[in-house]
Amino acid sequence: MNTLHLAVADGVTIARRNTLKIRRAPDLLGGVVMLPIVLVLLFTYVFGSMISLPGVSYVEYLLPGIFVMTIVSSGQITGYTLTQDLQRGIFDRFRTLPMSPSAVLTGQTVADVIMNVTSIVTMALVGLLVGWRVHTSPGEAALGFLMLLLFAYAFSWVTATVALALRTPEVFNNVATIMSFPMVFLSNAFVDSARLPGPLKPIAEWNPVSTLVQASRELFGNTSPALPVPDAWPLRHAVPVSFLWSVLLLAVFAPLATRLYKKAVSR
Amino acid sequence: MPDAIVAEGLVKKYGDVVALDGMDLTVPEGTVLGLLGPNGAGKTTTVRILTTLLTPDAGHATVAGFDVVRDARRLRARIGASGQYAAVDDHLTGAENLEMVGRLYHLGTRRSRERARELLERFDLTGAADRPVQGYSGGMRRRLDLAGALVADPPVLFLDEPTTGLDPRARASLWDVISELVAAGTTVLLTTQYMEEADRLADRVAVVDHGRVIALGTADELKSHVGGDRIELSVTSAADLASATRVLVPLSAGAPQSDATALRVTIPVAGGASALTEALVRLAAERITVRDAGLRRPTLDDVFLTLTGREADEKTKETAR
Repeated sequence: MNTLHLAVADGVTIARRNTLKIRRAPDLLGGVVMLPIVLVLLFTYVFGSMISLPGVSYVEYLLPGIFVMTIVSSGQITGYTLTQDLQRGIFDRFRTLPMSPSAVLTGQTVADVIMNVTSIVTMALVGLLVGWRVHTSPGEAALGFLMLLLFAYAFSWVTATVALALRTPEVFNNVATIMSFPMVFLSNAFVDSARLPGPLKPIAEWNPVSTLVQASRELFGNTSPALPVPDAWPLRHAVPVSFLWSVLLLAVFAPLATRLYKKAVSR
Repeated sequence: MPDAIVAEGLVKKYGDVVALDGMDLTVPEGTVLGLLGPNGAGKTTTVRILTTLLTPDAGHATVAGFDVVRDARRLRARIGASGQYAAVDDHLTGAENLEMVGRLYHLGTRRSRERARELLERFDLTGAADRPVQGYSGGMRRRLDLAGALVADPPVLFLDEPTTGLDPRARASLWDVISELVAAGTTVLLTTQYMEEADRLADRVAVVDHGRVIALGTADELKSHVGGDRIELSVTSAADLASATRVLVPLSAGAPQSDATALRVTIPVAGGASALTEALVRLAAERITVRDAGLRRPTLDDVFLTLTGREADEKTKETAR
């Protein structure tokens, strides 16, 4: 077997292990299936009853935001699992095996894509039940889901890097929570970023989360002519810029995480 | 007999802390070397270097003929390692854990499954094979972890404190398994804080302190460094202690030691059990009441104490008993 073949085979083994883990762990499974359902229902009925937008129902405006929020929060599962494996010495076992060293991270991140598919499908179904609709062609909608999954995959590498740098599950969880809230809320995910005050507006407009949310709205047809796209460059070209972000994150964080993994020993 | 493990002058530093300070080791094929030492002596660091987890700052080592740094990848196919924290996955079943390891050794799906079943049976885990590891006892987890190290039937095995924290029964059952492996020809490097474990399993014992080997030999050789048999006697009064010491001097092969607080006298003797009988007869003749008497062989604890000037590890020794 050549190196690539080995890396793929080992990656599949690890991905299968992580998928099994998520299926067996109630806390992780809750994050993957229950949390998205709760988020869709909460935001729809709490904010949806207060906020009205011109030309588009709030549920339609909201759902792409929830998709992205869930991607950001489920990226934390990647990091949490990695820090746990590191702490429990499972990496040590892996690293004494003649396996491909890159397979642990590729397997982990691929398993997380499978997990993200589950969450996004769950959210889309619950969304359809509460009034979310897709107004574009099936091709555009498919591209929308593909874009979200690619970003989710790239984002897993970001959290993997952070996790391997921080090393313990507790520290990682705290840092990830503190970082993910502003990332999601300082964006156009739930509100119109054009109406944010002063310096918050440019921050929200250049936030990659906003780009991805805007791109999803465009690809699912959840926009309104009465809500013009802000002038910020990434929002004007939201779909290509979203793909660009994913590629950029992968190019930077995949090698970085791999390097940290190779150095990571439990003690 | 060729050497399965050779380490020469291994040095490893963590900042200012010197974990290994010129560690030399050789382990002939098919034998067991016990690394004995307190926490922080460098036992685990040595194992981590030899199992390719760490690279040494200086020195070099070969295992099964492969350099641990340059040939790390090929070496990994020839070794098994089982650590002090059972590296098993809680959410996976015992069988799934072992199958995963088999696939990562590239045994193929079918062979991995067969091998997992074989090992589960051998380690008496068949009944728990399809239960998540979460519900396993400490001893079961250790057995599963050791089984994981054996999946590829490696000629060289590293066991880092394999029984730390286990109850006596689980410890004894793990010892039996390790003894079987050794009988089948596996070379083992074992680290331990338990003298009893080194005594029971190791062909040779290397006493490690401050990152280097300070003594090496069979358990008996190390014990004879400390001295031969001794008689230990307790009496009931300080007056008796003085007379007992006086009475026993002729039997003594060295200087008697008396402990006034414990009312105990210790005499090195050459004659073993007959010396003990003789001593008791003489004491009875002097009408000295003996509260407790025994013939004691030096233990590895004594060896360790003599070599390093301190107990191996007070706290862990208590849990070992």
